[in-house]
Amino acid sequence: MLSVLDKLMLEKVADLHDIPQGAYNIRRNGEGVARNTTANINIITKKDKSGIDVIVKPNTRGESVHIPVLLTSSDFEDVVYNTFEIGELSDVLIVAGCGIHNPEGGKAQHDGVHEFFVRKGARMKYVEKHYGQGEGNGEKVLNPKTIIEVDEGGIVELELIQISGVDRTKRDTEIRLNKNAHMIITERLLTDGIQEAESIISTELIGQSSTAQVISRSVAKDSSRQLFYFDLIGRSNCRGHIQCDAIIMDNAQVLSVPKVSAYHSDAQLIHEAAIGKIESEQMIKLMSLGMAEKEAEDAILKGFLK
Amino acid sequence: MLEMKNVSFGIDTDSTRVEILKNINVSLEDSRLYVVTGPNGGGKSSLAKLIMGIYKPTSGKIIFDGKEITGLNITERAKLGIGYGFQHPPRFKGLKVKELLSLAASNNKRTNLCELLYDVGLCAQNYLNRDVDTSLSGGELKRIEIATILARDLKMAVFDEPEAGIDLWSFQKLAETFRNIHMKYKTTIVIISHQERILNLADEVLLVSKGQIQEKTTKEKVLSDISGNDNCRCSTNWEKVVGKNVECVR
Repeated sequence: MLSVLDKLMLEKVADLHDIPQGAYNIRRNGEGVARNTTANINIITKKDKSGIDVIVKPNTRGESVHIPVLLTSSDFEDVVYNTFEIGELSDVLIVAGCGIHNPEGGKAQHDGVHEFFVRKGARMKYVEKHYGQGEGNGEKVLNPKTIIEVDEGGIVELELIQISGVDRTKRDTEIRLNKNAHMIITERLLTDGIQEAESIISTELIGQSSTAQVISRSVAKDSSRQLFYFDLIGRSNCRGHIQCDAIIMDNAQVLSVPKVSAYHSDAQLIHEAAIGKIESEQMIKLMSLGMAEKEAEDAILKGFLK
Repeated sequence: MLEMKNVSFGIDTDSTRVEILKNINVSLEDSRLYVVTGPNGGGKSSLAKLIMGIYKPTSGKIIFDGKEITGLNITERAKLGIGYGFQHPPRFKGLKVKELLSLAASNNKRTNLCELLYDVGLCAQNYLNRDVDTSLSGGELKRIEIATILARDLKMAVFDEPEAGIDLWSFQKLAETFRNIHMKYKTTIVIISHQERILNLADEVLLVSKGQIQEKTTKEKVLSDISGNDNCRCSTNWEKVVGKNVECVR
């Protein structure tokens, strides 16, 4: 059964108020606590390591899979390896959040590998939300690795969101796009206090006419630190565009390392990166509508990270 | 009513102090529409920003409805009912037009967002869900900026060159909108403008030049001055040349 705390964490990471509809697998403190499969989506526990295989049959359309992970105790390190097979011509939503409630002083850590095979002509939206909370000063650490292979004509849309409470994170995302495959990643990141976040996104455009777009927006407050490594690797007649925008405040540090690598003369690759404070004109505008300075700042950041 | 008493404003550069406005004394009455005009660099925008509290005067007093507001910040002045439409409005990533207008209209229950956009010549259906970011053209952004001022229940509305960047067709609509607000509400309206169509709306015209209000006059006088005068307004070390093709020579 799910406790009130479990439900609160589920709401934060998966927008769920209770057990979800469709296929799901809820993992709490290293153990599966609830699972549902459907006629088209099967979930099987891996035999050789900790994790699950999620198999979406070809032509499955309009279904969703929720696989939230909850950590509600201190001194716990959870490692998981999940594999997803998205069948040809499917159209599915996958929601995979991790919520840590660390009640005491020990470290709570979740390291997960998510490997996706998006088959020919399939479409997948993948949402990953990270959230941390807890009364103690125990560290909350999340290190997700995401590997995605998109076959011919496949489309993937990724939303990677970490807005609050995670002390340290290293997010590593690798994508391989074959012929006519398309990808859009939107990343939203907020750090405060002395949090540290690192995001590596490496996209390989292998097939002809493949396209990739990465839109990263982040806010670094207090003495937090953020590091971004984004690489677009063009190996064909392809198009790739990275927009990396960061708002820096207080004593924070943001490092953005752009890299575009072309191995084909018809590869069109663009990287845009900007780091700066909130524009004073934006603040003045909202204050001139009657908002206090702090309210104006919050409204600007909220919109920016939406 | 807003009064400025002996208001001066200057900016310190590396080595010197540049006086932008000098000893401004002016009263702006309720329900009146003032057009502020004059050459570039004369101090018009600074005057507007002093009213909103974006700039603080180096000396002098600003009094609004009998209360001194010289020391009040932007938010406090906004809450008293003062509004300012930017000449170059900022863009906001992730903020939708309807969200910005709703923030603006939060003190005004009678506001209808669709009507607001109509008043500035935009079709609500096409704009309410757009982001106020670089996807909007300069003219579109400017019209939305004006709509944020119209959305508020203001005692004093200041518009800094509302016509800049707006096409002629939309401008006609905008001039009508200013006329309607002026007829319907008691708001004191101050418009910085060089456009004849806007000057025609004025109850009074303030001619600002060289950091001072040179004249508080009528639109008729200003319009006749402009049409009848082929002198250029040269600064002192330039020689005036009067003729059909007016030009300035040293």
